[in-house]
Amino acid sequence: MTLDMVQMILVTVLTAATPLIIAAIGELVVERAGVLNLGVEGMMICGAAVGFAAAIETGSTLLGALAGAGAGLGLAAVFGLLTVGLAANQVASGLALTILGLGLSGLVGTSYVGLKRDPAPHLDIPGLSDLPGVGRLLFGQDAFVYAGLTLVLGVSWFLWRTRGGLILRAIGDDHTATHALGLPVRKLRFLAVLFGGACAGLAGSYLSLAYTPFWAPAMTAGRGWIALALVVFASWRPARLVAGAILFGGATVLQLHAQAASIGLPGQVLSALPYLATIVALVLLSLGRRQGGSLAPAALGRDFTPHR
Amino acid sequence: MRLDLVPRAGRSPLAAILAPALAFLAAVLLGGVAVALLGVSPTAAFAAYFIAPLSELWSLQEIALKAAPLALIATGLAFCYRANLWNIGAEGQFVVGGLAGGCVALATQGSAGFTLWILPAMLVAGTLAGVAYAMIPAVLKVRLGVSEILTSLMLVYVAQLLLDYMSRGPLRDPAGYNFPQSVAFDAAARLPYLMEGETLHAGVLVAFAAVVLATIVLGRTLFGFEVRVVGASPRAARFAGFSEARLTLAAFAVSGGAAGLAGIAEVAGKIGQLQPTISPGYGFTAIIVAFLGRLSPPGILAAALVIALTTIGGEGAQIDLRLPLDLTRAFQGLLLGLVLGADVLTRFKVRLVPGGAR
Amino acid sequence: MRHSFCACLGAFLLLLGPAQAEGKLKVGFVYVGPVADYGYSFQHDLSRKALAEAMPDKVETTYLENVPEADSERAIEKLARSGMGLIFTTSFGFMEPTLKVAKKFPTVKFEHATGYKRAANVSTYSARFYEGRYVCGKIAAKLSKTGTVGYIASFPIPEVVSGINAFMLGAQSVNPNVKVKIVWVNTWFDPGKEAEAAKALLAQGADILTQHTDSAAPLQEAEKQGKLAFGQSSDQYRFAPKAQLTSIVDDWNGYVVSEAKAVLDGSWKSHATWGGIKDGLVVLAPFTNMPADVKAMAEDTVKAIAAGRTHPFAGPVTKQDGTVAVKDGETAPDPMILGMNWYVKGIDDKLPQ
Repeated sequence: MTLDMVQMILVTVLTAATPLIIAAIGELVVERAGVLNLGVEGMMICGAAVGFAAAIETGSTLLGALAGAGAGLGLAAVFGLLTVGLAANQVASGLALTILGLGLSGLVGTSYVGLKRDPAPHLDIPGLSDLPGVGRLLFGQDAFVYAGLTLVLGVSWFLWRTRGGLILRAIGDDHTATHALGLPVRKLRFLAVLFGGACAGLAGSYLSLAYTPFWAPAMTAGRGWIALALVVFASWRPARLVAGAILFGGATVLQLHAQAASIGLPGQVLSALPYLATIVALVLLSLGRRQGGSLAPAALGRDFTPHR
Repeated sequence: MRLDLVPRAGRSPLAAILAPALAFLAAVLLGGVAVALLGVSPTAAFAAYFIAPLSELWSLQEIALKAAPLALIATGLAFCYRANLWNIGAEGQFVVGGLAGGCVALATQGSAGFTLWILPAMLVAGTLAGVAYAMIPAVLKVRLGVSEILTSLMLVYVAQLLLDYMSRGPLRDPAGYNFPQSVAFDAAARLPYLMEGETLHAGVLVAFAAVVLATIVLGRTLFGFEVRVVGASPRAARFAGFSEARLTLAAFAVSGGAAGLAGIAEVAGKIGQLQPTISPGYGFTAIIVAFLGRLSPPGILAAALVIALTTIGGEGAQIDLRLPLDLTRAFQGLLLGLVLGADVLTRFKVRLVPGGAR
Repeated sequence: MRHSFCACLGAFLLLLGPAQAEGKLKVGFVYVGPVADYGYSFQHDLSRKALAEAMPDKVETTYLENVPEADSERAIEKLARSGMGLIFTTSFGFMEPTLKVAKKFPTVKFEHATGYKRAANVSTYSARFYEGRYVCGKIAAKLSKTGTVGYIASFPIPEVVSGINAFMLGAQSVNPNVKVKIVWVNTWFDPGKEAEAAKALLAQGADILTQHTDSAAPLQEAEKQGKLAFGQSSDQYRFAPKAQLTSIVDDWNGYVVSEAKAVLDGSWKSHATWGGIKDGLVVLAPFTNMPADVKAMAEDTVKAIAAGRTHPFAGPVTKQDGTVAVKDGETAPDPMILGMNWYVKGIDDKLPQ
């Protein structure tokens, strides 16, 4: 195994983790605000379809990415209206949005199947990008990868270093008390939901603009659900989220590498490893907690119906 | 501008039926707009989706066949969801039930003499397998507080891969040119057909019986009462001495058993052998059905029929009008969203109040 | 635009009622994937279009796509009930459902692709894809600098395994030490997973890729990394003009048209068809991105297979475990190829059982 091979493998792990990181960091913000959005998969696939369509029509990857984020944001607005505005059941609303998103993405994407475009450009700093062993990994990725990591840093800073982030976390822990303090609970929750949807849409557009640069029906293949799992696995903390995404993206990709390297387990066992690993990780997390109870934002998933 | 929700004094039963009906109408209207945008006549589409499937005996049978597993699984899910236990893994429990029952059928393949016990044994095996599989997320939640949403969902993939492995490997038909499917089950291991035409099978009766049973349990037994109270007010439940842990295990057991039973009913009724995929997403569609039916078994039965009707209508529309199947999916998602919104309106009065947003 | 035109036309025909369609043979097609996969289902749909173009006044076609195997019986029966006289079911997973529906509708003719069970009104048809694989193997061995080829395989069924073996035998005929790395993605169509598999294989030293999955993702991945690859089921050149060497194209057009003609003139009989390059069912896309001498070799091999001079499974063929599968001077009989569940010697991986 040469150094270059190791680097190539790490590159595939990072690119597999990127859509998970972007979608999950958005969902982390939403859940920190106390809302459980199970519609991530639907918002992701819509982002992929709309993003690809926009990129084909305008010829610009950037506009495509923005359109994809916009599509996710649009669906999230519907979700926000239902759950934050009308206090409907969050699990059911999320699932409704997933189904709606899957259907809409198929309708939008029909005219764009079979079209191809150039993949999103990769960063290429002469000198740095050619460093042996780490050049491509650190300096040769496309914009989405760097955007994802920047988002994680940005969310970390926002949630723990700004007043706005403190309020958001407080809302997620106790919406009744924060409401009594006069804070705009529903407005902030709605904004958080919009942010989460935009991230999911952006993650989807990464898939159709950079990862495999064309549109195919249902191309997210369940990544939205994995992103949801990642948020819990990360105990709602951004740094752990990146680690989890790399772990999970790595498990999915490494089983392919293992096959290519002729490691002889049945394919189904290798395919099941990421899911089993998630369950094991969740169990270990629960066992390792010193204090009892969940680390989740205390008001997560509960309806909020303020009235006079 | 602010959206204020003022709880209504009482919830009229008329509203409980009217709200989903109005939501359905709204969804149909919006669907008509979408269809028109695709260049197809909305009336032709309406006829293809809703009228045509009801006009033929065969498609009525197919509607019942599709609605049965949905109603059965969703009824089980209702027990969990009413208690705020989010079992998303019904698909996995369905698969495991079908696999376990199928193994019984394969183990008794070719046996002669008294064979009447085989089919009930298969149904029991499927149900128990579903229960056992649902116990995994249940126990993890009760003992360790692990989110049941994620564990049950991850286990779906594991179950599917297990079935895939078994049907491609150990259970494969040796005379089948290595195609990934088991031998066809004996007649003794199949659910009997109910009428001429070999379409409608007894699984429909099983599902219907389950719906009736669940209505009775939820409405008239202490267990049903516990389930309803825990969901509506956890604190009251605790004061009343209902054990949350016991209830969690029981609700998951009911839900897993129902899904497992639906799985073996599908395998023994329609499919007749084991193959890598035995479900076109019933476990997930059932979640939609459960919510559409407002978590009450009679409502679930109606919702299952509506979903089955639109799915089969969607297939007809694909043949006659070239409308894509995605439209059906989008319609079902839209319908659920509208029903959820309408449900809020039966519980609350919505007022737009001038002033700052809160 | 075209979409809405067809939809309008469909609605128009619906309004006119069946009178307009009287006398025409209605032919239905059931696809397991989307027509837009630009692979397997796409090729079947091309045959449908070819039929519609060949006899527009005698034949009317329709199709159902994205039909999962669990729902296929209902879909096939729906077509039978909609007045179809001839139905093509295009995935091996539709085998039992096709037979069940065929029993209920004895006057309707059924054609099941890539299966093996027939009935009085059910024919089977398939293509000797492995012949194309043999040609690709030879090209790969000639052009690979690392001596390692990456194979993205879908499911361990005989059709795929015989393809891998034929590819390997073709490659070994040029370079006996060639190595093949195989990754099973357990899907026919999942561009993300196929791209990941392609990346993994390329990272492990393969410099030529081939696939038995339907999307163009591996081709695009290969082109991105400056490597070469083979397309699958349909000519996917336009997805990767710098990387595609050739593609094994399934050409069902001739078969579909001749079967429809047989139904129209009353001569249709249930039969099994397994045609290859000679019968025009397997076509190799134009050879590109290769030097002239390799191209000439490939074209010669194609001609030799068509003429029967070369057979991919001509003896001696040794199994991975050392036993002799085909003796020197003989060729593998059809049942062996149809049920192939072993690797040839030279493949290091274990076949998933």
